[in-house]
Amino acid sequence: MNNRTFVMACLTPLLVFSLAFLALPLIRLFLASGEGDAGWAVYLDILRKPRYLNTLILTVLVSLATTFAALAVSTTAGMFLVRNRFRGRGSLLAVLTLPLAFPGVVIGFLIILLGGRQGLVNQITPGHVVFAYSALGLFLGYLYFSIPRVLLTVMAAAEKLDPALEEAARTMGATPYSVMKDVIIPGLMPSLIASGAIAFATAMGAFGTAFTLATNIDVIPMVIYTEFTLSANIAMASALSIVLGIITWILLLIARSLTGSTVAGGG
Amino acid sequence: MAGLTANYFKGISSGLTLKWVYQVWELYADSIFLSIWLALACLICTLLIGLPAAYGLARHPGWLSRLLEEFISLPLAVPGLALALALLQLYGSMKGFRASWAFILVGHVLYTLPFMVRSILAVLAAMDLKTLEEGAASLGASPWQRFRDIVVPNAMPGILAGALTVVTLSIGEFNLTWMLHTPYLKTLPVGLADSYASMRLEIASAYTLVFFVMIVPLLMAMQWASARAQRITQ
Repeated sequence: MNNRTFVMACLTPLLVFSLAFLALPLIRLFLASGEGDAGWAVYLDILRKPRYLNTLILTVLVSLATTFAALAVSTTAGMFLVRNRFRGRGSLLAVLTLPLAFPGVVIGFLIILLGGRQGLVNQITPGHVVFAYSALGLFLGYLYFSIPRVLLTVMAAAEKLDPALEEAARTMGATPYSVMKDVIIPGLMPSLIASGAIAFATAMGAFGTAFTLATNIDVIPMVIYTEFTLSANIAMASALSIVLGIITWILLLIARSLTGSTVAGGG
Repeated sequence: MAGLTANYFKGISSGLTLKWVYQVWELYADSIFLSIWLALACLICTLLIGLPAAYGLARHPGWLSRLLEEFISLPLAVPGLALALALLQLYGSMKGFRASWAFILVGHVLYTLPFMVRSILAVLAAMDLKTLEEGAASLGASPWQRFRDIVVPNAMPGILAGALTVVTLSIGEFNLTWMLHTPYLKTLPVGLADSYASMRLEIASAYTLVFFVMIVPLLMAMQWASARAQRITQ
C-alpha cells in the first residue's frame, strides 16, 4: 500500500460515517420540511402565523438579553482573572467553567431549586416569589451556561492585550472609565463580538433548560419539540429546525472567523 | 443539599439521610450503567474514526480538508434537537436499529467526534509530521508502521484531551438523547429529566448529586488534559 492510499484509507471511516449519519439525515430533514400540507410555504408560515412569530421574537429577545448580560459579567470577571494572580485562582476558574459540560436539564433544575415554588428565594423572602418558570428564570438559566463560554473567549483575548497601552493612557490623564471605553473595549472587540455570537447561538438552541423551565412560555426549541411529538407536524418542526440550525451555524461561523476558535455549543 | 435532607418541605431540621441516594440507586442504576457503557462505546468509536481522520486531515491540508472539517463540526453549531429530528426521520422506520442503544450511540458519536478530531488535529498540526515521517520512510517503515510508531505516540496529549472530552460530553449529553431514547433505554441525563418531572424533589436532588459526583472529576481531568495539550501545541 503506498502512502497516498493509506492516507485516503484513514479518511474513509470519517467520510462514511458523516455521509450516513450527518449528510443524508440533514438532506432528509430539508426535504421533509417541504412535504407538509403547506409545501415550501411552510417557511413563510413561520413569519405569518403569530404563534411562531411571537415565539421567534421571544427567543431572540431572551437570547439577546442573555448575550449582553453574559458579556458584561464575563468581561469584568475575565479582566480581573487575567490581571490578578491569587491563591485559588485556578480553582475559581475551574468552578466558573464547570457548567460548560452540564446538560441543560441540570441547569434548569438548579434554577427551579433557586426560584421555583419550593425554591430558596421563595422560602427566604416574604410573600410568594416564583420566577423559575418565567422568562426571567429562562434568562438566568441561559446566562448560567453562557458565562463560561464567553469568559474563556474573553480571557484568551485579554491575555494578549498589552498593559502598556493602558498605562500610557493613564499617564496622559485618562480616567479609569475612559481607559475602559477607549482602550480596553476596542482591544477586546473582536473577541466580544465572537463570544457574543457564541452566547446568542447557544441560547437560541438551548433545549434542555427550556425543557425544564418553559412551562408557561414558548421558545423555539420547545415549539420544535411539541410540534414534533404532540401535533406530529413534522414539516413545521423540520422547517423550524432548519431555520434555527442555519441561524446558529452562521453565528458560530462569524465567531470563528473573528477568533480562530470557538468554545462549543450544547446545553 | 435537598438530596440529603429527610424531608425538604420541613427543612434541614428533619435530619440528614442517605435514604434518597439509595432510592436513586434502586430506580436509576440501569441508566447510570447505560450512560457509562455508552460513553465508553462512544470513546472507542470516536477513536477509531477520529484518529485516522485527524491524521489524514493533517497530512493533506487544503480546502477540501477544511471543508470536511467544517462539515463534521456542524453538530457543534446546529442544535442537537435538529440533528435528532433529522436522524429520526431517516432511520426512525428501521425498527431494530431505532430501538437499540446503537441509535443513541450514533447521536453521541456525531456530537463528540468533532471534539476528538480537532483535539488530535491541533497537536498534529503543531509538530513537523512530514519530516518525521520522511525520516522513518527512508529507514524503510511502511505507512502503517509510521502511523503506529510516530503519529500515535506524538498525538497522545491530543488523544487524551479528546478522550476525556468525549466521555464527559457523552455522559452529559441530553438534547440528542432525549429525542433518540426509548423508554427502555434511559441515559443518565434523560433519567434526570424524568426524575424532575415525576419524582419527589428529594429524589431529583439526590440524583443530581450523584450526577455531579460523577461528572465533576471528569470535567476537572478534562480541563487539565486540554491545558496540557494546549501547552504542547504552543
